[in-house]
Amino acid sequence: MRMLLLLLSLLVTPLAWGQATGPLIDALATDDYAAKEQALTALTETGDPAIVPALKALEGGQLYRRLTDDKVVIGRENGDNISLTDPLSGDTLGSVPAGDLELIRVNNRLRRAIGASLGALTLRSPDAAVRRTAAEAVFVNRDAAALPLLEAALAEEQDAKVKRSLQQARAAILLADANLGTEEKLSSIATIADKGGQAALALLNPLTGSTEPAVAKAATEAVRLIDNKLAWAAAAQNIIYGMSLGSVLLLAAIGLAVTFGVMGVINMAHGEMVMLGAYTTYVVQDLIRAHAPGLFDWSLLIALPLAFIVAGGVGILIERGIIRFLYGRPLETLLATWGLSLVLQQAVRSLFGPTNMEVGNPDWMAGAFQVGEVTITYGRMWIFLFGLIVFAALMLLLRRTPLGLQMRAVTQNRSMARAMGIRTARVDALTFGLGSGIAGLAGVALSQIDNVSPNLGQGYIIDSFMIVIFGGVGNLWGTLVGALSLGIVNKLLEPLAGAVLGKILVLVGIILFIQARPRGLFALKGRAIEH
Amino acid sequence: MSRRQFLRSAVLSITGAALMLGTAGVALAADKPPIKVGILHSLSGTMAISETTLKDVMLMLIEEQNKKGGVLGRKLEPVVVDPASNWPLFAEKARELLAVQKVSATFGCWTSVSRKSVLPVFEELNGILFYPVQYEGEESSRNVFYTGAAPNQQAVPAVDYLIGEGVQRWVLAGTDYVYPRTTNKILEAYLKAKGVKAEDIMINYTPFGHADWQSIVKDIKKFGSAGKKTAVVSTINGDANVPFYKELANQGIKATDIPVIAFSVGEEELAGIDTKPLQGHLAAWNYFQSVKTPVNADFIKKWQTFTKNSKRVTNDPMEAHFIGFNMWVQAVEKAGTTDPDKVIDAMIGVAVPNLSGGYSAMLPNHHITKPVLIGEVQADGQFETVWKTPGLVAGDEWSDYLPDSKDLIADWRKPLSCGNFNTATGKCGAK
Repeated sequence: MRMLLLLLSLLVTPLAWGQATGPLIDALATDDYAAKEQALTALTETGDPAIVPALKALEGGQLYRRLTDDKVVIGRENGDNISLTDPLSGDTLGSVPAGDLELIRVNNRLRRAIGASLGALTLRSPDAAVRRTAAEAVFVNRDAAALPLLEAALAEEQDAKVKRSLQQARAAILLADANLGTEEKLSSIATIADKGGQAALALLNPLTGSTEPAVAKAATEAVRLIDNKLAWAAAAQNIIYGMSLGSVLLLAAIGLAVTFGVMGVINMAHGEMVMLGAYTTYVVQDLIRAHAPGLFDWSLLIALPLAFIVAGGVGILIERGIIRFLYGRPLETLLATWGLSLVLQQAVRSLFGPTNMEVGNPDWMAGAFQVGEVTITYGRMWIFLFGLIVFAALMLLLRRTPLGLQMRAVTQNRSMARAMGIRTARVDALTFGLGSGIAGLAGVALSQIDNVSPNLGQGYIIDSFMIVIFGGVGNLWGTLVGALSLGIVNKLLEPLAGAVLGKILVLVGIILFIQARPRGLFALKGRAIEH
Repeated sequence: MSRRQFLRSAVLSITGAALMLGTAGVALAADKPPIKVGILHSLSGTMAISETTLKDVMLMLIEEQNKKGGVLGRKLEPVVVDPASNWPLFAEKARELLAVQKVSATFGCWTSVSRKSVLPVFEELNGILFYPVQYEGEESSRNVFYTGAAPNQQAVPAVDYLIGEGVQRWVLAGTDYVYPRTTNKILEAYLKAKGVKAEDIMINYTPFGHADWQSIVKDIKKFGSAGKKTAVVSTINGDANVPFYKELANQGIKATDIPVIAFSVGEEELAGIDTKPLQGHLAAWNYFQSVKTPVNADFIKKWQTFTKNSKRVTNDPMEAHFIGFNMWVQAVEKAGTTDPDKVIDAMIGVAVPNLSGGYSAMLPNHHITKPVLIGEVQADGQFETVWKTPGLVAGDEWSDYLPDSKDLIADWRKPLSCGNFNTATGKCGAK
């Protein structure tokens, strides 16, 4: 109660702010985490919105101690130097070399406390969206100290949506209080149940074992309802995960569908083409970081054509240098390309080193959004769309362009095509380059979700062959359907059987399927397959 | 040229040659044959990502030692072989090092399966192996010195730390092979002994190189929403970590909600990830690059000069090699010979400085004493130490929490000289 009074008195006396908070902020500059936490509590209790930038800087690793005078300052990297601003007034304080500053470090406990403080302090922000985020932060942290600020904010809130969030946050804090009356508890449970979702379950689950029968009953009922809703969401989520995995597999396999499916070359170095695409992305990002940081969000789009050219070019070299001597000798091709894959891996390892390379996610690839209870991550969504676009583009190329026509002609009847005046050797090289180039495109996408290391390609080569064979060699639609269905089956099995057993079951399933239908899902009919 | 001139020049050149031979003879007498040190780390294949660094650090340590005059007045000569991440090849290369190259000691292996593969070779040919990586324990060989952490030097203190932070629900996630399975078995028994109920422990295994973590991360999120504080104990190995952490970040699981404590993720692994979304996730090791001691600052400086890269990071297995190498040097000096039997006996009790500011000693069970550090990932890819064991922890090879091994001890001092002595039956070799 005393604290409530203190907080309220501070809330209505903004004049007292400023002078008092300065020394409190300087108290954050200590190596002792317990002392930092105390300093933070003291800061929050002032209720002064002016400390919000300082707390945000602390959370983001931008709050420093100036070694010359122990003053706490906000620093932003500016080339080799760090430009400073005053944490309270925001005045610029010049720029100093990094050696003159010491970062004020935070641990998890402090991060939680900062989140709660920021929530409490921004509850009365003029921006409704900020108020709502603040209410969510208070809901997550359930810090009883925020209750007075919350009540004050609730009393003057006009926006209905924000008001609901505030009420839910209040209910969450109240439920944590063991001495709460039954009536209050029941109404809080109703408020939380209304919110729904995993977060509500986390709050309601402990209450199902309550000693008060009415509370236990209400909580159990609420949990049952939320669980039902979540079960549907989980099923939908699994299918979306499956489609996302399928799109990754599709991207990895679609280039192989050209080299192996259309041309019939068993290319064990296909995975390394994917890897080359990923390394191209790394090099592009590295150059952008060094020379044009502003372009970072475009790095993937810039990398796409380059990856296609690099991987496609290497593909053409391989075809001209090795594979064209081995047409019609599948075993030799297999061994030669496998050896080549080792050579390429070791070459990249010698050039870039054996460690993983950091490929960053542009902002539009990071994070997730909610559709009801279903979470979709942006990265996966773009990769899914990208997979479909690549597929459509390849389809168009093969079906609607002269080059595509020549490719199909050469693979279907080489001598007839030559008799018609098609330069088959050139078409072979271009087809192989196209398949490799598409693998390079896949590498750009995979660099966003997987390791960029020399071993990147190895993880996908088996899956790629599996999909092309399962879908039906020589049929692009088969590759699409094969990749998506394998992805979905995999993700549906995973929660039931575990990741390891799930993978084994899929493999066994495919072996059995191939026994029954040796030509895969969509078998090519007619003369094309007879040669 | 006249005949006389020819004779004179011939005589001169012969005397010259004789003189040169003479000096060469003197030099040879002073220059005793070098001591060969084997380095058995994969430089190609899957494990090259981790092991190449260890090869480099060994070359650096040997170069440093040679600058100081070598060992016993003899130079050290590194013999590097590449077992190419191929487990049977490890055994072949170990045999080559011992039988053909006649190395005095070998530093090598990363995965447990590679160590198990070379173990019979080292025992048969009486070699010495220094193994620098944290592992599952349940082993002690006379010919192997384990300078990495045993489970009680990493996993158990890590769980203790989280219990202190109020964690009540546990996800034990690992890659499907012997180290995670054994470690998780130990941890499960340990947690149950601490009163954690079976329904509050979720165990999950994934294949090597698992890249699609969507549903598992979702399961973890769901498991963590039961109203009790939840943490993930990760024994996920190698390449699977990057997509795992990326998925955690994408699905918005922050360290403040569900922290992940990892036993196989160090500075090297983080070098391949954008660590900003991972801030606050934890790792348990015996060394972090961020440890502030003069000896560590010196080590980092030497390493970055040696690799000519001011951004190269150091990590825990490198420190283990640093400790192991210095222990070996000291034991050889103590024994006055490189004879394996004498060096093995001299090793026990040897103590050398570690990089975190204390001393590590070799115990009779061929494991060492080390401090345990818990670190939080920072935005710059380094770890900030948030907790440290008050003293050194002695490596316990046979876990006290597994029914099969709780009665076993290892003690390589005479007269016991046994790697699996059963204290209940009083017999050696009885499991």
